[in-house]
Amino acid sequence: MRRLISVASLSALAALALLGGCGEPQFSDAEKKTIASLALNTLPSLKVDTTNQYADVPAAAALGSTLFFDAGMSRDGTVSCSTCHKIDRQFQDDLPQAVGVGHTNRRTMPLAGVARDPWFFWDGRRDSLWAQALTPLENPLEQAGNRAAFAHYIKKRFGERYERIFGPLPDLSSVPANATPLGSDAEKTAWNAMPAGQQDDVNRVFANIGKAIAAFERSIEPEQTRFDRFAIDLATGAKPEGNAAFSPEEVLGLKLFIGKANCMTCHNGPRFTDNSFHNTGVPPVDGLPPDRGRVDAVAQVGADPFNCFGKFRDGDESACRELRFMVKDGPQIMRAYKTPSLRGAAYRPPYMHAGQFATLDEVVAHYSKAPPSVEGVSEVHPLDLSERERAALVAFLKTLSE
Amino acid sequence: MVSIWRYILAGLGLAVLLVGIVAAVYLTLPQSAPGPDLSRSKKTANGLFVASFEPERGVVRQGELQSWLLTLKTAAGAPVEGAAITVSGGMPRHDHGLPTSPQATDYLGQGRYRIDGVKFTMSGWWQLHFGISAAAGSDSVVFNIVL
Repeated sequence: MRRLISVASLSALAALALLGGCGEPQFSDAEKKTIASLALNTLPSLKVDTTNQYADVPAAAALGSTLFFDAGMSRDGTVSCSTCHKIDRQFQDDLPQAVGVGHTNRRTMPLAGVARDPWFFWDGRRDSLWAQALTPLENPLEQAGNRAAFAHYIKKRFGERYERIFGPLPDLSSVPANATPLGSDAEKTAWNAMPAGQQDDVNRVFANIGKAIAAFERSIEPEQTRFDRFAIDLATGAKPEGNAAFSPEEVLGLKLFIGKANCMTCHNGPRFTDNSFHNTGVPPVDGLPPDRGRVDAVAQVGADPFNCFGKFRDGDESACRELRFMVKDGPQIMRAYKTPSLRGAAYRPPYMHAGQFATLDEVVAHYSKAPPSVEGVSEVHPLDLSERERAALVAFLKTLSE
Repeated sequence: MVSIWRYILAGLGLAVLLVGIVAAVYLTLPQSAPGPDLSRSKKTANGLFVASFEPERGVVRQGELQSWLLTLKTAAGAPVEGAAITVSGGMPRHDHGLPTSPQATDYLGQGRYRIDGVKFTMSGWWQLHFGISAAAGSDSVVFNIVL
């Protein structure tokens, strides 16, 4: 009888140990698969950009880097790409709305992994990295320059470097000092007076500026984080060491992120973005001009002469499928904005397309409450997360930044 | 010396108890609802055509623009040529449409039409609706895709 008791109690202990899991975080096989799909090691290598034949030319990237940091690339010589895309701040500026020559209405986006985006800006009003780079150059609130002035500037400052990459510069001797189809009345008049061939010449130099800057930006990629180390250990069954181990709060946050909180509906894949546009009911900012997000961007990208269908694209039209199959109308694009990557997000407040929320707590509270959108329909439904759950989500998000 | 039978009896008792617990847990689990019809080949709503829908490269990848093939045959099995095809869809449980506007871009012969620009940006239940107009008349069909 005594033997029977000892056998039974041993079995009971073994069963308890199995059920308790010895204090290890427990994830189902489905959860493990989901977590693995978010890890940085699943990020494919960067695809060739056939629309920019200079995308992987080192000399183009070097010139692009020079231009990116050159305040001479602006109307008054005070603003460069790096004014807002600060190299030591994840290539963003910590401001609710970017400030160039003037005050803009949108938050500066960070650049890690930007070359993987199909659409650019919060509303996707450009369809390639090189076409994106051209837009702030002529925006009166950002670099406020004009393409004729940029062509002259490139010839004067970087003529030799330019020609070694792109071939001979055109004759600019009769090109006005300031001219663009998008600028002031005087600049527009000067542009319209130029012969078509000369406009093409200037547009070509301008497009190449964008292609050089894009070549540089392709080197800016996301870095491995605590989450990635945790995810790799979980997938391989290794015991997480040092800061790769998650606290119980971080484990809860991760479980909520991939489960009940529905974050992965949009923030999926190794960059934590679906590269798409959603109305999530983020409120407008008082004092800023009306902002309808994607609904206006669709017309803008369609009309952009530097878009994938335009004549400044290299390669063939097979690269233009995103533009070709773009959603052009329907209620879902009203006040829809791009899903941002969450990598590094914890250390770059404020959040949303116009810096509406000062902290991640506010962001998570917004998604938990899911207020209706002022225009269009929010895709988010109330979650009613507890305070503990909201804090756990924030704790998990920090592991994507450490 | 205790009889070996007592151990066997005790073992049997434990086994019965275990089976009982497992059965109780199993019976109280919520029954999973039947999922959507995932067949890749079916009759259209009014039975005019038989439609098949397959990814052109065999696999479905989340987040990638992909082309699919829609193959149309008449009820008698003849390929349907010259069909005008409209594509729409979305996620029934999320109340939103497709993230792209897929189109029928090429006719490949034998009733096969390339539907290009299909992208599934998240896991879950997606639906693609096809409106089909051909010599035999107009009909529609819905395919469910679960990622």
